Amino acid sequence: MNPVNYLYLAALLFTIGATGVLIRRNAIVVFMCVELMLNACNLAFVVFSRMHGNLDGQIIAFFTMVVAAAEVVVGLAIIVSLFRTRHSASVDDASLMKL
Amino acid sequence: MEKLIALLIAAPLLGAAVLLVGGRRLDRVGHWIGTLLSTASFVIGLVLFAGLLGRNAEHRTLIQHLWTWVPVESFQADVTFRLDQLSMTFVLLITGVGSLIHLYSVGYMAHDERRRRFFGYLNLFLAAMLLLVLADNYLLLYVGWEGVGLASYLLIGFWQHKPSAATAAKKAFLVNRVGDVGLSIAIMLLFTTFGTFAFGPVLDHAGSASEGKLTAIALMLLLAACGKSAQVPLQSWLGDAMEGPTPVSALIHAATMVTAGVYLIVRSAAVFNAAPDAQLVVTVVGAVTLLFGAIVGCAKDDIKKALAGSTMSQIGYMVLAAGLGPVGYVFAIMHLVTHGFFKAGLFLGAGSVMHGMNDEVDMRKYGGLRTYMPVTFVTFGLGYLAIIGFPGLSGFFSKDKIIEAAFAKGGTEGWILGGAALLGAAITAFYMTRVMLMTFFGEERWRSRPTRSPEAPSAEPAAEHQGEHAEPHPHESPKVMTIPMIVLAVGSVFGGAFFSVGDRFLHWLEPVTGHSEGDSPLSAATVTGATMVCLVAGVAIAWAQYGRKPVPAVAPRGSLLTRAARRDLYQDDLNHVVLVRGGEHLTRSLVYVDHTLVDGVVNGTAAGFGGLSGRLRRLQNGFARSYAVSMFGGAALLVAATLLMRAV
Repeated sequence: MNPVNYLYLAALLFTIGATGVLIRRNAIVVFMCVELMLNACNLAFVVFSRMHGNLDGQIIAFFTMVVAAAEVVVGLAIIVSLFRTRHSASVDDASLMKL
Repeated sequence: MEKLIALLIAAPLLGAAVLLVGGRRLDRVGHWIGTLLSTASFVIGLVLFAGLLGRNAEHRTLIQHLWTWVPVESFQADVTFRLDQLSMTFVLLITGVGSLIHLYSVGYMAHDERRRRFFGYLNLFLAAMLLLVLADNYLLLYVGWEGVGLASYLLIGFWQHKPSAATAAKKAFLVNRVGDVGLSIAIMLLFTTFGTFAFGPVLDHAGSASEGKLTAIALMLLLAACGKSAQVPLQSWLGDAMEGPTPVSALIHAATMVTAGVYLIVRSAAVFNAAPDAQLVVTVVGAVTLLFGAIVGCAKDDIKKALAGSTMSQIGYMVLAAGLGPVGYVFAIMHLVTHGFFKAGLFLGAGSVMHGMNDEVDMRKYGGLRTYMPVTFVTFGLGYLAIIGFPGLSGFFSKDKIIEAAFAKGGTEGWILGGAALLGAAITAFYMTRVMLMTFFGEERWRSRPTRSPEAPSAEPAAEHQGEHAEPHPHESPKVMTIPMIVLAVGSVFGGAFFSVGDRFLHWLEPVTGHSEGDSPLSAATVTGATMVCLVAGVAIAWAQYGRKPVPAVAPRGSLLTRAARRDLYQDDLNHVVLVRGGEHLTRSLVYVDHTLVDGVVNGTAAGFGGLSGRLRRLQNGFARSYAVSMFGGAALLVAATLLMRAV
């Protein structure tokens, strides 16, 4: 199977993720879309690794996973505490950080 | 013998250090330490003088190299002393007259609590002046030059509790700074032109530089001389400097300070000889000052200020002579020495009169003092005869030679300069006779003083102790004060004749300064005759005005010229209008420019960025999704840019 097709898939996943981040308000959904984009990137890295015949891309993918895992921990904690204080998970409601 | 030169300076310097650092425990002996060390310096000077006399005229230059001060590549500043005939003359004058003034001050300052400090300053003054005349390069001379300025500041403002004295000291210091700028620029020019500032190389090769450069150097040196020697236009400090104790005035006017300018010009003779334009300026400055000082001296009622005007005028004669070139150098120095005698004597006499008159300085409150102060009268009288140039006395020989030399300049200039010098001689006779008559002759105006007029100058502090209307009891001063006056009177009587007989002074100084006989359009006898006529005319007019008629105790309004002369010919007003007001306007306009232009640029920039950021901050609206859009936009832009650069 042609590896370029995997790249198309990665691009598709990334676009879906990005669109989700931009248009959805629910923090959990936005969060999942971010994960989708990260994994789209991971897929692209792995494909490139395969295409070039070295392991660089795969190593980067592992790094991304580790970072994503850490991000999930922190991000979910923030979302939970946000929900507790405001009884809403909408990102537009949490717009206090402005001048 | 060279080893002794440093001791000349070291003795008074040690005195200054001991007296100023020693503190109150030296109060009882301080004045004698100061006098002793100053006299020691004089004795060393005499030893060196005897040594020089024992040598041939060509070998009378002694050099003592102490150490290298600033060794930087070609910039070599050495602490080296040069003792030749010129500096020897000055050394003897400074230490001799200086020691007499020290002795006199022992009596004059007897009741001053700060007498020890006074003697410390006097010694410092002598040390600085000796450094000035003994230095072998212009940089070391500059050190002495500044030292003299400092010492004069300390001494003029010695009675610092009087605001007028503090102001006078400041004024002297500031006006001197103007001259000092000239000297420092001259030294820089000398270094760039000749690559050194030692006297030997500079003066030997003075002719090799371009005339323009030499003229610039000479004019800067003249500016320096004007500041120290109180020549027009930097003369305004001299009259106010009378605020200092009288021995200080004697020291400044006779032995140190004002003679420094003449020394500088004569020492730099080679530079001036090669710059005729500058020489002309020097003569003009001298001629203007000699008339200026004389006119001011005629109108002053303060005895010390009248003498100050006289000093200005006599230094004008010296500067005029120094500007005439080799014709006049020797006579400039000769007049300087004789003037040192009689002016010191006159000032000490004035101090003695003030001492006996409760520190009164207004001559309109003197009169008829000759019977009360016989010694002061005789010594002052001999000094008076010497300064007006009475035949046979010091001033006659030295001033006459200068007038002759001025005529010998030749052409119209010669006639103008000679005429000015002659006129100056007449005015000198007038104002000195006036001082003499008002002080020692006439009715005793100090008895039952009339009520003070409001514009009369306020009395000296001593009068305050004794009550406003206490009648003074004029009395002769103690021996410690009269002896120096007698010695100086002897010098003023015989000095000129001693120097002139067989041209002794000329032969002594000629190897250093050079000399040429001028080509005078008038014979020496004619000049002498004319001088005598001027002298008699001046004395006669003064007698008609102040001897025959009683002197009013309150100054009459006087003519326009008298009123102008009383105010120093409006010099202070001119300075005020041009420099003080001008300076104020300059600072005000600079402040305005600072506020509008500089602050405008700074504040405008700040306001611009403030407004811009006020608009930019609208972008930060707190919505996470709009931030995300800008992030995507930015990332897309970066990717697009990368691709574009790849394609190109």
